[in-house]
Amino acid sequence: MSPAIRAKGAGKKAFINARLLDPVKQTEEKGGLLIEDDTILKSGPDITESTVPDGFEIIDLGGACLAPGLVDMRAQLREPGFEHQETIETAGKSAAIGGVTTIIALPNTDPVIDDVAGVEFIARRARKVGLAKVFVYGAVSKGIEGQEITEMGLLHQAGAVAFCDGVKTIASARLLRQALAYSTFFDGMIIQHPEEPELSKGASMNSGELATRLGLSGVSPLAEVIQIERDLRLVEMTGGRLHFAHISTGESVEVIRKAKKRGLKVTCDTAPPYFALNENAVSDYRTFAKLSPPLRSEDDRQAIVAGLADGTIDAIASDHNPQDADSKRLPFAQAAAGAVGFETLLPMALELYHNGHMSLLDVITKLTRIPAELVRIKGAGTLSEGTAADLVIFDLDRPWKVDPYQFHSKSKNSPFDGRLTQGRVLRTFIDGREVFSEGA
Amino acid sequence: MLRPKFFKDHPREMRNAMSVMGPAADHYLHPHLLGIEGLTPGEISLILDRAQHYAEKNRSADKTSNILAGATVVNLFYENSTRTLTSFELAAKRLGADVINMTVGTSSVKKGETLIDTAMTLNAMNPDALVVRHGDSGAVKLLSEKVNCAVLNAGDGRHEHPTQALLDALTIRRHKGRLHRLNVAICGDIAHSRVARSNILLLNTMGSRVRLVAPPTLIPSKIDRMGVEIFHDMEEGLKDCDIVMMLRLQLERMEGSFIPSVREYFHFHGLDRAKLANAKPDALIMHPGPMNRGVEIDSEVADDVERSVIREQVEMGVAVRMAALELLVQNHRKMGGQA
Repeated sequence: MSPAIRAKGAGKKAFINARLLDPVKQTEEKGGLLIEDDTILKSGPDITESTVPDGFEIIDLGGACLAPGLVDMRAQLREPGFEHQETIETAGKSAAIGGVTTIIALPNTDPVIDDVAGVEFIARRARKVGLAKVFVYGAVSKGIEGQEITEMGLLHQAGAVAFCDGVKTIASARLLRQALAYSTFFDGMIIQHPEEPELSKGASMNSGELATRLGLSGVSPLAEVIQIERDLRLVEMTGGRLHFAHISTGESVEVIRKAKKRGLKVTCDTAPPYFALNENAVSDYRTFAKLSPPLRSEDDRQAIVAGLADGTIDAIASDHNPQDADSKRLPFAQAAAGAVGFETLLPMALELYHNGHMSLLDVITKLTRIPAELVRIKGAGTLSEGTAADLVIFDLDRPWKVDPYQFHSKSKNSPFDGRLTQGRVLRTFIDGREVFSEGA
Repeated sequence: MLRPKFFKDHPREMRNAMSVMGPAADHYLHPHLLGIEGLTPGEISLILDRAQHYAEKNRSADKTSNILAGATVVNLFYENSTRTLTSFELAAKRLGADVINMTVGTSSVKKGETLIDTAMTLNAMNPDALVVRHGDSGAVKLLSEKVNCAVLNAGDGRHEHPTQALLDALTIRRHKGRLHRLNVAICGDIAHSRVARSNILLLNTMGSRVRLVAPPTLIPSKIDRMGVEIFHDMEEGLKDCDIVMMLRLQLERMEGSFIPSVREYFHFHGLDRAKLANAKPDALIMHPGPMNRGVEIDSEVADDVERSVIREQVEMGVAVRMAALELLVQNHRKMGGQA
């Protein structure tokens, strides 16, 4: 079922002198980790140079951070159908550089991943490429047309970890109700892009002073919470599991916080642009900052940070959405929305730690264990004994300047272009194999 | 009723006293004219002073000069326009420039894909100035980044239309003798209007007070942050105004129900004699054209020779565009063709 790459003979390795970040044990300590072939044998503070058993290749990390490889629960790989923007191979390389070892891809490809063959195609391609482990969401509706539900049970059996309609809102209350109710029998999860489609029609940025000054049509931030509030009623009605993707407003955080208190089965994630940028990034019609949902006000940005810190927002995803130059070099209203995200995911998330909003372990937990648990992928996002040796090693403090032209993604549309940031991935391992090493 | 005096009719001391925003700048230092945003009061006065010169010249027998002889001006219009295109064409011709008009159809949704290509193609022909109108906000700025000639924004989406604001300002200055301490009501379809945005910026820069009068659906979000007062009731909004600036209701840009019907719109927000009675007795009536008679303005007030300056606005349009083209092309020449 899992499209995992089973590496043979990766050998025995001992990582010592590491700052171990274990999101399962919830520990952060100095120590080491042993792997054999594709599996983690052991980790802990007692693994030092002197205690490493014979036959292990010793890798001294010199105090760098060692964490489970990142689990990115929202990314578009654009293959099949949009290979000029990204392929599973280029996405895999980009992910490796970003320390992402597990990707859950959206089904809005061409053809749409709405049948078993589609799920199997992605799994086969990812196995062949042999980089990040790629899982997929199945479409909720056939062809993402918002009309009839797909063969959700069969898709789930074939390996679709959850369901969503890509970048589209599941607008029909009837459809969402049926999908939520139906998926309960196999503990499926539905992922919603919360944006009331009628209110957001034709809009290209957040409404407000800047949109008015720029003469762009804006969508009210309330379009998000209006959708969330309706959907919460459907969760209550059906007992299904619903996850809101990339939430971006303070009102959304507030409403989800209350729903969780009431015991509803809802979760949510956000993406770096929504806690690291605000709508001012759009000034001068910068199409790289055109996203969906749009960048919001500074108040909203701060509310997202607060929501991450208090645990209302469960996970951080890259929302990787590659767009080619021709889709972005257009008047703002016509330009495509979206940003690449793999290679900036970790440093942007680390800003939450560097700025004192969250502990390092909390940041890593939202990037690893929690997303893996939400989509029920076993053995990812953990350093536990016997799990796959998917690891990221990073320098927490290394300063660097984001330059999308150095990215390995086929597309360069990053709103963080030119940003000075801190924290860089040094090495990435998947199933014990090194897939990225800085300077290699 | 007395005709208001022209600015030039006032004695010099009084003109100086009125000019609280300082003297006109010596130079217009921008490579392009993309909007009113970013212009100083001095720069605005400079353009208007130059335009005033051309306004007089345009009324004389000797309308043409050869100040831009040998220069090439391309009018690139992605939206249908007769008035603005003609005005720009005439302005360039009166300065002795060679003019080419390119009207690109609006039917193709993908027109933006060729925007940069078109810009590059035209740029390769070494024009001195490109006058561009486009249906998308920001499109003219995007284009200006890809060419090395002067670019003049003739209207982009609902963003800016700087020469319209300048010609409105010139018209006002000729009648009121100043651009500061005036109460200006801009009425109607603010939401879809680039004219409104440019006028708000210009009038605020020059020290006047702007009120917007429109039904709530036609007032864009947070526009009060641009330093304007908002009124939904027209009679209240026009109270003691010096200038009543009407906007065209842009039904073609409206998606969904902004207003219930044209009839209802005219009833509450159309300018007629009764509503106008709330403004100052010498208030000017302005409209950027083309007018929808009986929709936003009653013919009786539109054609009022005492108060309506709508035709003079058209006349000033040519003068302002001559001034803008002259300043930009001369800048461009001074910079050795590198805008």
